[in-house]
Parts: sequence; structure tokens; C-alpha cells
Amino acid sequence: MAEITYLEALREGIVEEMARDENVFCMGEDIGAYGGAFKVTDGLLDRFGESRVIDTPISEIAIVGAAAGAGHMGMRPVVEMQFIDFIANAYDMLTNYVATARYRAFLPCPMVVRGPSGGYVRGGPFHSQNPEAGFIHTPGLKVVYPATAEDAKGLMKAAIRDDDCVLFFEHKYLYRRIKAEMPAGDHVVPIGKARVAREGKDVSIITYAATVWKALEAAESLEKEDGLSVEVIDLRTLAPLDDDAIFATVRKTNRVLVLHEDTRTGGIAGEITARINESCFEWLDAPVLRVTAHDIPLPYAPQLEDFVLPQTSDVVRAVRRLAAY
Amino acid sequence: MDLGSRFPVPGSRPSDALTRVQKLDLYYWMRLTRSLEERLVALYRQTKVVGGLFRSLGQEADAVGSAYALERRDILSPLIRNLGSMLVKGATPLEILRQYMAKGDSPTRGRELNIHFGDTDRGFIGQISPLGDMVPVMAGVTLTFRMRGQDRVGLVYVGDGATSTGAFHEGINFAAVQRLPLVVVVENNGYAYSTPIEKQTAARQFVDKAIGYGIPGLQADGNDVLAVYDVTKMAVDHARAGGGVTLVELMTYRRKGHAEHDNQSYVPAGEIDRWAAENDPLDRYLVVMREELGATDAEIAAMDARVTAEIDAATDEAEKSPPPLPLDALEGVYANPPAERPLWFRDGADRAVDVNERPEGWGTWQAPRPGSA
Repeated sequence: MAEITYLEALREGIVEEMARDENVFCMGEDIGAYGGAFKVTDGLLDRFGESRVIDTPISEIAIVGAAAGAGHMGMRPVVEMQFIDFIANAYDMLTNYVATARYRAFLPCPMVVRGPSGGYVRGGPFHSQNPEAGFIHTPGLKVVYPATAEDAKGLMKAAIRDDDCVLFFEHKYLYRRIKAEMPAGDHVVPIGKARVAREGKDVSIITYAATVWKALEAAESLEKEDGLSVEVIDLRTLAPLDDDAIFATVRKTNRVLVLHEDTRTGGIAGEITARINESCFEWLDAPVLRVTAHDIPLPYAPQLEDFVLPQTSDVVRAVRRLAAY
Repeated sequence: MDLGSRFPVPGSRPSDALTRVQKLDLYYWMRLTRSLEERLVALYRQTKVVGGLFRSLGQEADAVGSAYALERRDILSPLIRNLGSMLVKGATPLEILRQYMAKGDSPTRGRELNIHFGDTDRGFIGQISPLGDMVPVMAGVTLTFRMRGQDRVGLVYVGDGATSTGAFHEGINFAAVQRLPLVVVVENNGYAYSTPIEKQTAARQFVDKAIGYGIPGLQADGNDVLAVYDVTKMAVDHARAGGGVTLVELMTYRRKGHAEHDNQSYVPAGEIDRWAAENDPLDRYLVVMREELGATDAEIAAMDARVTAEIDAATDEAEKSPPPLPLDALEGVYANPPAERPLWFRDGADRAVDVNERPEGWGTWQAPRPGSA
């Protein structure tokens, strides 16, 4: 089987589920005739028709709200935020309506809200955001953020089949930069399960999305230059967090770096650190460290963006500091 | 289709097709709504309603008349002043009482307040407090009707205040573009909490907003239950025939405050009394019943007695209902996992408050005096 990109893997996941289940349909801005701003839904209109690939007005509240209503009635909508930055417009609908629906009213919302996320692409303040932390704080939502093409497809299929709302963050830097051969058959990656991206024994890096690749790059050079064996955990799902995988790597290496592209204050690294502190304190040989973005709206100029976002050299520096304890 | 030119035309009112029994039925639902709320007031004053209480006094006709225009298979989404709509759609007084009293066997098992609950089988979907949000949701419900080729219509209520929200605009616009079988009812009762309509919109009237969305707009006297039925039925028929969305403005008046605690200090003197004396929907309909339907005093008294008996029986039953089990609080946020685990400091406990709690420290709680029950 030929290799396909992260973006093509996402599309393959959506297409397979639409073919498998007639209740699955897509809604979003410019997703039909144009195929989406990044072409994730390219070709879907021709294959599935206007009733299942719906171009909407610029109305994130309506898109998310209508998805919830359709979900109540047994449909499985997959809706696109043209850039995930615009999910903020639907924050009320997601947190007040969708997230509470099952609990307060026994109404299911089997829906996927997906969109291009993340920086390193010179997108500026409104086309580069990582707003996941605002949603992992809301009980009732699930959040996934794949780093590989295999997981992009497998998690998409799992998200569409999930009986609750899954926020699906797609990293736009990875869209066309990484490729993989898809596993054969009905490839579904379970939600809530992290992955060991690289085995190691000295220091653990817990991360997700684009920074998985930064962590792997750092691990490679740390092995060559310092003889350090670095383990990399790709969380894949941010809500619910895979505590077992996190605690297992802490017990294995006793030194942990949490790495994410999201800003620092209130980012998920703080939550992971707290959980390790509460459950694995006696296993630690060093304080848990964080490498994150600075608490700054993401600027446009390469010199500025690169300075704000975490880079491979930051990871190398942090791992060396951990190893020195 | 220009709905406006069809209404009102003498001799062609949709309500003319209602039987006498159906027309008397409208009175029953309005009376049930009002009496049930009066019972809730009594329970509220006994502190058995643990949260706020919301009245629809004076708005019973707009709720009942509009819901009555729907078929069994149609779905509506009510607002806080649509108790009458929910009763017409099959919600029971027992459910309403249990819900307000936060009972364990209430429709939401104690999770939500007041009339915030639904049942898609009976055809009503519970609202949430952020106003306007149900418009996009009902767009999705009716989108599903269309995708599945179902002969079903949706109806969503908003107040004059909710028309100012982004959700209202996005929802009605999307539904209009897609020509979904949806009726959007704007209940103009004069106030959003304390805010009068002239501070809500610069539009001359809410029905004018229909023009901007390219959909028909209808307006009716919301305190005339048959007029409400007529306009809503026309909008429902229009939606069912594939004509798309209609905006219906019902002119009514909120005679009680936003909730029971609200003293309505912002209302001009005499305004409430005038509406109560001159424009009460039940009083007005009783005249129609006596003069046009030949309803006798005995007939009306029998309906009133039926309502009282039903509410009495439901109250007795609801008082017997148990409170929720504390651990039920952790169930059902997700389909999978089905429940959250108690946090470690609550491990093994089946309730949150025990002997370590010193509620007197909170100021508002009165500690029972030694020797009192």
C-alpha cells in the first residue's frame, strides 16, 4: 500500500465512515464545492452529494448547534471549523449546550468538531492557535490531537463512531509534511490511549501533536551527543487523559518533561504535572519540567514566532537539566 | 409564498377546522398551566421548590395555542415561559413538580432545574439557559427531518431578548438558507428580565426581522389563543409543505417578574393591573367559550375541577418522591466511560456533608437549636 499524508489520512477516515454509515455527514464553511480551506474534504461533495456535504454560512454557532440537534436525532455530523481559532465563536454552544446535553437531558451528541490547528506556519494570531486547554477543562467533551498519519485516520474513525462530542484538532504543520502507510483493514485507534513514540530509560518527554516530532528530534541528538536514552509519549487523546501511560513512563524513567505548543499558563502540562505529583511523587528523581510556548498571542514574523514557540533546542536543554539531577 | 396576504381572511381561519372538543381542550391546557404554576408558588413558599420559580402568568395562550398547532410527530423546543407548550406535548404535572422539587425520580434525576427537560419521543427538547441557543439546535433537528425525508416540523420559541443574540441570528439564517421545516416563534412579552423591548432592538417590531432573513413573518395577538393557533398553524403548514422557515411574533405580556424573586420595580405603575384586568388570556377565552361554543358554567366548572384533582394527585405523588442518591451525580457525563470515580478525599463516602461540616460558619444557614426537631 502506498504512503499517504496526514491530511489524506484524515480524509480517508471521513470517507470510510461516510461510506459505512449513512448517518455520517459533513458541514462547514467552504467544505463542499471548494473542498475546504486545506482540502481535507476535497472530493466529498462529488461522492456523497449536497445533502451529506453541506456548505454553511459563516456561522460557527449554527454549525455546532445544528450538529448537536442532528446528533440528538441519531445523525453523526462531522463539522469543520475553517481554522480551529474560530471554535471560540462556538464556545458557548460547545461548553454550555453540547458538553452538558447527555448529563442534564440524556441527549446524545455524537459529533466531531474538527479543524486545522497549531503554529510553526507563519499564520499569525488567528490562524495558529492551540485552544485545546479551554475544552479539556469542560466535562462532557473529548479532545484528540494526533501526531501521525496513522493516528489521524484511526482517531478520526474512532471519533466519528464515539457516542459523545469529540473535538478533533488537526495539526496544519503536519498536514502535508508527514506520510505513512495505513494499516490494513478497519483501522480504528481507541480514544483515551497514549502511544509510546520512542522507548527510553533515562528521561521521559510527554507531548502530543507537532511537538512529538520536536521531541523525537531532540531524543535523537541527545542519544548521539549525551548518550541519554529518552522516552517519548505521544498522548494522542487529551480528554480523557491516559493516566496509566503517564504514570508508567514516570515509574520507568523517574524524570519527566511535559512539552506542548500551547501557551504555558493553564496549559495541559500543568494538569499532567499535578497528576504526577499526586500519584507518583515518590517515583520522581527530579521536578517535572515544562517546555511550552510563551504566554504570548502568536506573532507572524518568523523570528518572533520561532522565539515564542518551543523548539527542539529548548527540549534538548530541558532534558539535560533533568538528567543532571 | 406570501403568507401575510392570507391572513386574516374571514371564514378561512385554520382554527375553524378545530372541533368543539378541541377548542375546549385549549382551555383545559391553559387552566392546567396556570393552576400548576399556582401550586408551584405554594410549594416555593414552603421551600419545597429548592431553586427559582418561573411564571408564565398571562402568557398561557401563546404557549398552548402554538404548541396545539403541531402534530404528535413534530418537535418543539420550549422556553422558560412555555410550560403550557410542554404540557400540550405530553409533559405531566407530576414531572414538573418533581423537577422543581429536585427529586431523584424527576425527568433529569435532580440534575436540572424548573422546566429544563425534554423527551424527543414525546416531541420536546429541553432548553438551556443561554438564550437563543435552541435555534441552531432546532435547525439541526429539522435538518435531520429533511435528510431522512420525514414529514415532520420543528418549532422553537425565543423571547424578545433572545432575538439580540448571535445564536438566534446564526440559527435562523442557516435554517432559512437551507429552507428547513422550522417555525421560529418570538414571544414578545415586553421584558427580558428588566429590559424593555425598546432597549432590546431599534426595529419597529420583531416580525420585521423576517425580511432580513428572506422568510415570511406573521404576527398575532398572543393573548388570543385561537389567533395564536391560526398563525402558528399556517407557519407549520408552510414548513411541512417545504416552504421553509417562518418567523411568528406573538404579542403578549409578562405579568410576573423574570422569576418569583423579581419585584418588578422597573414596570410602570398600573401596567400589570391593566393587562390583568383587560387582557387576560383565560378571561378572554372564557367569553369565546360561552358566546361562541355555548360552554355552560357547569361544563367549565367540571374542567376546573378536573385540573385541580390532577394537580392535587400529582402533588401528593411528588411529595413522596425520594431525593437523588448523591453518587448518581457522577454518572452519565459520557456514554463511555459511564461514570466518573469519586475523588480520593470522597472515597467510601455516600454523601458530601457529614459531621465535619460546620454550616453555621456560612452565615445563611440556621443551626437547629438543641431540643428542636
